[in-house]
Amino acid sequence: MPSAQPASNIEGMADRIVILGGGTAGTIAANRLSRQLGESARITVIDRDDRHLYEPGLLLVPFEMEEPESIVRSRGRQLRPGVELRLAEIDRVLSSEGKVLLGDGSSIAYDVLIVATGASLLPGETEGLMGSGWGETVHSFYSLESAVALRQALRDFEGGKLLVAVADMPIKCPVAPLELCFLSDWRMRERGIRDSTQITLLTPLDGAFTKPTCNRELSGLLTGRGIEVVSEFATGQVDADAGKIVSYDGREAPFDLAVVVPVHGGAEYVSRSPGLGDELGWVRTDPHTLQSLAAPNVFAIGDAADLPTSKAGSAAHFQAATLTENVRRHLSGEQLVRGYDGHVNCFIETGFHKALLIDFDYEREPLPGRYPDAHLGPLPLLAESRLNHLAKLAFQTLYWHVLLPGHDIPGVDHGLEAGERAAKAARGEMT
Amino acid sequence: MSSATYAGADVEVDAEGFLTDPGQWNEQIAAEIAAQAGIEQLTDRHWQVVRFMRDRYLSTGSAPSIRTLGKASGVPIKELYELFPKGPAKLAAKIGGIPKPRGCI
Repeated sequence: MPSAQPASNIEGMADRIVILGGGTAGTIAANRLSRQLGESARITVIDRDDRHLYEPGLLLVPFEMEEPESIVRSRGRQLRPGVELRLAEIDRVLSSEGKVLLGDGSSIAYDVLIVATGASLLPGETEGLMGSGWGETVHSFYSLESAVALRQALRDFEGGKLLVAVADMPIKCPVAPLELCFLSDWRMRERGIRDSTQITLLTPLDGAFTKPTCNRELSGLLTGRGIEVVSEFATGQVDADAGKIVSYDGREAPFDLAVVVPVHGGAEYVSRSPGLGDELGWVRTDPHTLQSLAAPNVFAIGDAADLPTSKAGSAAHFQAATLTENVRRHLSGEQLVRGYDGHVNCFIETGFHKALLIDFDYEREPLPGRYPDAHLGPLPLLAESRLNHLAKLAFQTLYWHVLLPGHDIPGVDHGLEAGERAAKAARGEMT
Repeated sequence: MSSATYAGADVEVDAEGFLTDPGQWNEQIAAEIAAQAGIEQLTDRHWQVVRFMRDRYLSTGSAPSIRTLGKASGVPIKELYELFPKGPAKLAAKIGGIPKPRGCI
């Protein structure tokens, strides 16, 4: 605790910051704000449970590269001392009144609200997905329960048609379905059943990935591994009894085992909150300041926001510097910084102990090169390497001990620096 | 970027034929783009979707996705695919004279 307290920071005068969601984005935001604002803010994180899931691990569970119990920890223990975790359902946000109604009928008032409730899975939006084949021949891997069920299904799989289908975009971690294809190919080869296995990716996109340069590289890798890509396939119906997925325009894809990434939407309460989100429950957010369009004292971070960039933990990490700076500026009546540029990066597991790393933002396509330093690397961009794979595996340690506590990664640009320099220059300060 | 001639008017288009300036658009251009895509007659249902796309783009700066169309345009997804074969959001954007939806990242 700081020894000298400003007079305004006595109990009761502190700014009340409420963060909805204690996942990757909410936890990083809470810890950064706690460190930056100290005693001048009271921070409360609201979530429905105390289980923080390391989501990148969901891809590895089905392939027995990660154990289910090792990717879940307490949410509360990832938060700095002084940050309160309150377990409650969220009923709605009343941004015109500056309060959140909770499921138990109580309410909580805020000076600043940060929406970090991520994306929800909506398997019910796809006809037949939760039907007779669910958990039998039809699977997913975007929740811990489904990843564990898929693990068993892959063990029991004896060859045939394996379909990996992306029901709709956007989804969390849009490279994960591709990784599932690569890892399945690897696993089937190891088990000696690759010759009798067809692996097909069904995607609503017009290629394997959203970014053209990256798409070329990834399409080449998929073809080289004998993985078929069916593009512009909008999944309309899963028919487990007939063993086929049918697109809205009537095309059919047969399967023995289907892995479907369900439709995503924002958290349910967003649609009940006047002015907060769009039809799909994503929070309408300024893409550069992260301030919501609903009210000046409401911000959004991570998957919950409707930003035109990938829904990924790395995006939340890169947004956090801008978010916390803008919360501070809002509270002290300063102009917000347009600090976030859409920066995301992701490791793409390609199997055989290798991985690919891509890095892009709103304007910049993922290009070959090295990361984080353009010359020194050490990690190669848009190229398979063993080092990238090891970095991905080591990432969980980094996640719990560096990312969630809200620290920057040495050598990595966190986006705010350029905006900060500009702001300082505008104030006439030396840089 | 290049230019194309629709209904006697020169307009700027991208490599895939999407108008880059929505202000150059008119209903005759829409009909001609639709005809080239195999839609002989734009019905009221087509127009409902095209107008929704255009209004949404002009007010928010981004074109709605297929799911948003299904939820908010008043035309369900299945019918969207009947009206605009293959990619309804993409085709309706093209006919409506707005840039190709980024939709998915």
